[in-house]
Amino acid sequence: MDFRFSEEQTMTADVVRELLADACQPADLRRLMGEGAARDEARWAKIVQMGLAGALVPEDKGGLGLSAIDFVQIAEVCGYAGLPEPLVENAGVALPLLAAFASNDRAAALLERALAGEVTVSVAHPANPFVADADTAEAVLVVRNGAVHLVEAAKARIVAQPSVDPFRRLFTVAFEPSAETLIAEANEADAALAAALDRGALFAAAQMQGIAQRCVDLGVAYAKERQQFGKPIGSYQAVKHHLATAQVKIEFARPVLHAAAAQLEQGDIYSRARISQAKLACTDASDVAARTSIQVHGAMGYSWEVDVHFFLKRGIALTNWWGGPAFHRERVAARVLARPLGPEHTFAREAANA
Amino acid sequence: MDLDCTDEQKAFRQEVRSWLENHVPEKPLPSFDASREGFEAHRAWERVLAEGRWGMVTWPESYGGRGLDLIQWLTFEEEYYRAGAPLRVNQNGIFLLGPTLMEYGTDEQKARFLTAMASGDEIWAQAWSEPQAGSDLAAVRASAVLEGDEYVLKGHKIWSSRAVFADWAFGLFRTDPASQRHKGLSLIFFPLDAPGVRVQAIPQIDGETGFAEIFLDDVRVPAFNRLGGEGEGWNICMATAGFERGLMLRSPARFQVAARKLVDLYKAHEAEVEPTVRAAVLQSWMDAEAYALSIYATASRLAAGGHIGAEASTNKIFWSEMDIAMHKAALSILGARAELLRRAPEAGGIGRWLDGYFFSLAGPIYAGSNEIQRNIIAERMLGLPRA
Repeated sequence: MDFRFSEEQTMTADVVRELLADACQPADLRRLMGEGAARDEARWAKIVQMGLAGALVPEDKGGLGLSAIDFVQIAEVCGYAGLPEPLVENAGVALPLLAAFASNDRAAALLERALAGEVTVSVAHPANPFVADADTAEAVLVVRNGAVHLVEAAKARIVAQPSVDPFRRLFTVAFEPSAETLIAEANEADAALAAALDRGALFAAAQMQGIAQRCVDLGVAYAKERQQFGKPIGSYQAVKHHLATAQVKIEFARPVLHAAAAQLEQGDIYSRARISQAKLACTDASDVAARTSIQVHGAMGYSWEVDVHFFLKRGIALTNWWGGPAFHRERVAARVLARPLGPEHTFAREAANA
Repeated sequence: MDLDCTDEQKAFRQEVRSWLENHVPEKPLPSFDASREGFEAHRAWERVLAEGRWGMVTWPESYGGRGLDLIQWLTFEEEYYRAGAPLRVNQNGIFLLGPTLMEYGTDEQKARFLTAMASGDEIWAQAWSEPQAGSDLAAVRASAVLEGDEYVLKGHKIWSSRAVFADWAFGLFRTDPASQRHKGLSLIFFPLDAPGVRVQAIPQIDGETGFAEIFLDDVRVPAFNRLGGEGEGWNICMATAGFERGLMLRSPARFQVAARKLVDLYKAHEAEVEPTVRAAVLQSWMDAEAYALSIYATASRLAAGGHIGAEASTNKIFWSEMDIAMHKAALSILGARAELLRRAPEAGGIGRWLDGYFFSLAGPIYAGSNEIQRNIIAERMLGLPRA
């Protein structure tokens, strides 16, 4: 029993944090928004160079063979930076899913290019009504009646669905399913799609944890600077207590998130409930932190000029991504109402209870 | 990160479980705050624990402990609450003063106080607050004047938990009469039956007398009873408060067992309750788990040589607010019967949720009010300026 990250895990996240602190400042986000672009090619090239695309792809399929626990802090860092490019969705969800179908030649060929960083892949999973970043993806993994199809973006009808987060574009994807597009029948795809949902929800939660901390940090920085009644507003208890309350939410979402990452591979009712709990806790933290930050900024907080709204909007976008609160609460209920409870079951797994 | 227990840890859990199964009293003991009889029944239980060397498993063997690490302490606590064992009447001593004594006490002080504390022979109360020194604890006025090798204590302490029946108290006294605020304070122990001590019980919301006022009128104690140096009392108290808020006072198992009982209550009334109550029940379970996971993370960090810091304050806010929400959910399920006292003929199956709810309302106040905790988080974790 040791609830700590390894030095290597933390170091990898630190490298990504430093890169994004340099290359993904709010000024960079504003420039990208002004250009109407979906991706900053220079930044994406640097991210690709780090070689993280295959992080969660097994080694025998050409990846690094890492686990969710190795990647969760990276996803937090991406949330903190408000990263527009799809590192988390591509490396965290799409490529491990694609790798599950690598016995199919088209999937294998695409995986090779994706692992080399030449292209990205998007996923149209039943948990999500839209496909994120389909315009910059080479291909989309689409689920139809439980079966998985691999559709080149160029051959699909991709319709933009303008949405609130300027850096995370949503689309619907239409295509003609055929024997050629099919890469896995429903019975072959079930387990991989369930794992994709778990990873998607976990890493969405991780990004929201990062968003929450960013919102508090922005609020704290402003409260130290802004003077009213002759003192920094951060010296007043009313302001302090708002920010402390948001930080408490963050502190108690974090261990749930990290336990969920460590337990993900179990793939049982216990690990699914923990992932869903993490999604709920991080959603709550990001919601409270974003609203707190806006309140602390006062009228500035409601302005386009202050950066908080980028994080507010990403939080809104991720709240329902890979399952909304009602969906995840029911996954928690399935565990709470049907399995043993109490302190001796904190780290339970199905195999041990069989 | 490894969330599985080793074979050694699993064997330890089994050892604790079987000992508790053989020793936990079959009938719940009467409250230690309601009567001398209840208090002494709990003292007797402390002696049973001490004889099995289960009183404080993290303490060194020389003081009656087992020298175990914090992860094993968590396992012990999990099994303790799982078994429904009695509340610890000496928690002020074993959880708060004990660890502080080990850090700041001399060998002679440790030998004198720790063994009697571990055995249940001496049960401790806290004497920190005063009528004019609550959240502003540094406003302490009670004085200790050194005369030869004795201190003469004078003053008025209040809100001292367990003081009605306890044997000893540890208190904060001004040893330098010219000092201001945090400086010039010392931590001094005194027997509650010493000449010049008068203890006045204060009835609580729930009708029990868990806390008291202590009037000290020229109470003489040996200078030996001072923990740490003269004037170091404030820093030592803050270390004690760190243990109190941070880890030991409310072990996660307490809330996980409460959450399990809440889910059982919900299942028994599932057909009658509205969806918002169901959501509150699920949230209570999630919060209890989150608290447990957070303590596992902290314990792992401390076991690797880390120190507890301002997260003690986040813990205290989290568990105290969770405790209220959990009891409110239970009262919602019970509906109109929630207000019945246990002696009412129709009170079957309502449990102790109303008593628990009252007690939960004290949570955001004792051990440093949650307003003070939020100040600490804002200033020490977030770096906001002091007022």
